[in-house]
Amino acid sequence: MTNVSMTVNGKAVSREVPDETLLSEFLREHLRLTGTHVGCDTSQCGACVVHVNGKAVKSCSTLAASLDGSQVTTIEGLANGGLHPMQQAFTENHGLQCGFCTPGMIMTSVDMVNRYKADGKELTAQAIRGELAGNICRCTGYHNIVKAVEDAAAKM
Amino acid sequence: MSTGIGARVQRKEDKRYITGKGKYTDDVRNESQAYAAFVRSPHAHANVNGIDTSAAMAMDGVIDVLNGQQLTGDGIGNIICGWAITSKDGSPMNMGAWSALATSKVRYVGDAVAVVIAETQALARIAAEAVEVDYEVLPAVAASDKALAGGAALIHDNAPGNLIYDWEIGDGAATDAALAGAAHVTELAVTNNRLSPNAMEPRAAVATFDECDDHYTLYTTSQNPHVARLVLSAFYQVAPENKLRVIAPDVGGGFGSKIFIYPEEITCLWASMKTNRSVKWTSDRSEAFITDAHGRDHITTAKMGFDAAGKIVGFKVDTIANFGAYMSLFSSSVPTYLYATLLSGQYNIENIHCNVRAAYTNTVPVDAYRGAGRPEACFLVERMMETAAREMGKDPTDLRRANFVQEFPHQTPVIMAYDAGDFGANLDQAMAAADVAGFAARKAESAGRGKLRGLGYSSYIEACGIAPSAAVGSLGAGVGLWESAEVRVNPVGTIEVLTGSHSHGQGHETTFAQIVAERFDLPLENVSIVHGDTDKVQFGMGTYGSRSGAVGMSAIVKAMDKVEAKVRKIAAHVLEASEDDIVIEGGQVKVAGTDKAMGWHEVGLSAYTAHNLPPDMEPGLKEGAFYDPANFTFPAGTYICEVEVDPETGVTDIVQFTASDDFGTIINPNIVEGQVHGGIAQGIGQAMLEQVVYDDDAQLVTGSYMDYAMPRASDVPSFSVHHASTTCPNNPLGMKGCGEAGAIGSPPAVINAITDAIGSNDLAMPATPQAVWNAIQAAK
Repeated sequence: MTNVSMTVNGKAVSREVPDETLLSEFLREHLRLTGTHVGCDTSQCGACVVHVNGKAVKSCSTLAASLDGSQVTTIEGLANGGLHPMQQAFTENHGLQCGFCTPGMIMTSVDMVNRYKADGKELTAQAIRGELAGNICRCTGYHNIVKAVEDAAAKM
Repeated sequence: MSTGIGARVQRKEDKRYITGKGKYTDDVRNESQAYAAFVRSPHAHANVNGIDTSAAMAMDGVIDVLNGQQLTGDGIGNIICGWAITSKDGSPMNMGAWSALATSKVRYVGDAVAVVIAETQALARIAAEAVEVDYEVLPAVAASDKALAGGAALIHDNAPGNLIYDWEIGDGAATDAALAGAAHVTELAVTNNRLSPNAMEPRAAVATFDECDDHYTLYTTSQNPHVARLVLSAFYQVAPENKLRVIAPDVGGGFGSKIFIYPEEITCLWASMKTNRSVKWTSDRSEAFITDAHGRDHITTAKMGFDAAGKIVGFKVDTIANFGAYMSLFSSSVPTYLYATLLSGQYNIENIHCNVRAAYTNTVPVDAYRGAGRPEACFLVERMMETAAREMGKDPTDLRRANFVQEFPHQTPVIMAYDAGDFGANLDQAMAAADVAGFAARKAESAGRGKLRGLGYSSYIEACGIAPSAAVGSLGAGVGLWESAEVRVNPVGTIEVLTGSHSHGQGHETTFAQIVAERFDLPLENVSIVHGDTDKVQFGMGTYGSRSGAVGMSAIVKAMDKVEAKVRKIAAHVLEASEDDIVIEGGQVKVAGTDKAMGWHEVGLSAYTAHNLPPDMEPGLKEGAFYDPANFTFPAGTYICEVEVDPETGVTDIVQFTASDDFGTIINPNIVEGQVHGGIAQGIGQAMLEQVVYDDDAQLVTGSYMDYAMPRASDVPSFSVHHASTTCPNNPLGMKGCGEAGAIGSPPAVINAITDAIGSNDLAMPATPQAVWNAIQAAK
């Protein structure tokens, strides 16, 4: 067992967990933050993406114990009240259907827009599609997800 | 802004999904939750000579290890296929026994033989590894044609030659005669590749037994919780229906794979009683690949005959369908009444004959996956039309137009009676939107860069709104396929609609509310949709086959008819007017041409206070209805795919994909277009990426997302989606259904485009770069 302390969505948390506990399990089972989803077991689908110290990370392939002292943001903590522009853009552009991949899509997309803005690069539709390589959606055909990210990028 | 029929309303359900507050089955955790892990066969075919659970049982935290002998000993029944198909010789289908936990023999990699119940999921999985099963490995077969060939391993004793049924439809002799007299006959052999549905939410179940009431509660990832309860109760004898509550909360996609009641749900319910603990099972993706029903997997040869003018005179089809190791719930209907009945396509064909042989193999059971039979029919028909046009030197659109059904209703020779459509209008719209006129210039431009450009068409038709209960009953269905709804107007005038349809991405909480808000001219937020819980909704047949609009909403309309009739009576009584003069608008119930009116909420309150109701009227304002459809509905349209192929690598880009659909009435264009986008992406996945692969020993090769190629964002283009609609005459809203069309219509458009580009017709799905490159080389 390992004691893991981190800041999750702005709150300090500390839990005694088995050494092999993944961040996704830590969030879902120990903190009961079930907005982070697990859709595969090979780090391919991206439903589990959260932010660790401001960067997108697949929580299903990260040991919680390796993140002691980190700042973690999940879909539940993305907005400080109200909706983040990316969340708003997903609903306004019908960028989700069943909702299962959506938290990971949104967390990946926020990180994507932040990186492009920081680098001063243009985020084209083609670039968005390439950046979403690690997030699988079975419902939307990605059409409206790309629209949503373009829309949010203009507002972030 | 309007929120009624045709309005682009933002979805009401989105907020919980975009904020991480959705509640899916795996998010449910009960007090003192126990966890299940299944012991699964690593062999495709083996006798089970013994199971040693002692090491697992000795582990700290293991609650119990249960096996198939105990399960059948407790009277849990075998899993059934609910649609009886009769072979052409009059014999019933050969259904082999399927126990939720195998007792003496396993028949595919993944077949469960035991279940471990433990205090944590991790411990359950470790303990499952410690269960020792004595397998006596048997020869196995994965391919359906090999399974039916002599000498293959026998999978079920009561299915000699691994043949489940040998079925036919249509007039074979007349079709043969028509082909013999044809001016031109096109022959085609196609394989419809085996797919894994891959809803992003893996299946899960949380079963809880209450020993005080002998009552079970099951949270499950289901598209049809009432059907699950019916089957779990009536066939698997888990519990009587009044002692079993099934809840399908937020469900993360289905695409057919969550229609069926699988061994895991049955086992978790039974195990919760055996251990007196709430038992939870959540599939991981690897487990999903070896347990979720697969789709498609047809091998077909066909001949289509044409007269000298290019009119189709006959169509003869021979298909082998792979059913996997057991007959899943609706498996038998997919390659028969959902496939062969659509072989007329959009065309006027006098003679059609189709023979279907269904085969057992040592693979995961195969059942309905988005489209279920219609994609297989559409792929065959539309590949055939394109191939025939090329052989006869005709423009593929001219050949289609020359054969389009023009008058409705149109009775095909394979049961279906098309009720409405304008196939030429969809073709025209798609060709205009795709700028077919400019294709030659684009092709020349591509050629200048050393690329091959191609254009492919698919004029699809499919059948939705399944289905008239008496009709499907006469064809062997074990259930009726109506839908039910209840409309409850509360004393304050707000409305709850209880529906037997189930939303797992389709947005029913929005679209169903739209039709109610429009009908009673009320704010959308005053209408709530309740679904997915057998304790709340009396009954329902669920969501599949694009039936929630055409059948589910029709039931709501019928219930609203009854509500409106009562509202009119109450208002006429209170306002001392004639019922015929009552109008409902703007939140009021008025007497036309006067200033007499009462608020909609006042009518509700009047119904519940019952202080001043018409004589003999019961208090309350709640009405239910069951709607049984009069016919299938027939969505149709044309898809045009334009590709650019790099001949050096075989890499194919879809540069443009255009859809023109006829879905009848559209309630919310956002949602309908979203369904088309997703369906086309799945169709492109089938055409270019996806393939379940078994090796010769029936070991699954594509067992994860590292091996099974799911469409990613960069694999698909943005789509150009259009509508040219005719109204369905057979349901009150004129709806046809939009959930599967994209997946049905798109694969042949893609393959027709690639084969057009490379100048070779010999290309199977999935058209990977390697397959395309090989086809280019073979044609040199």
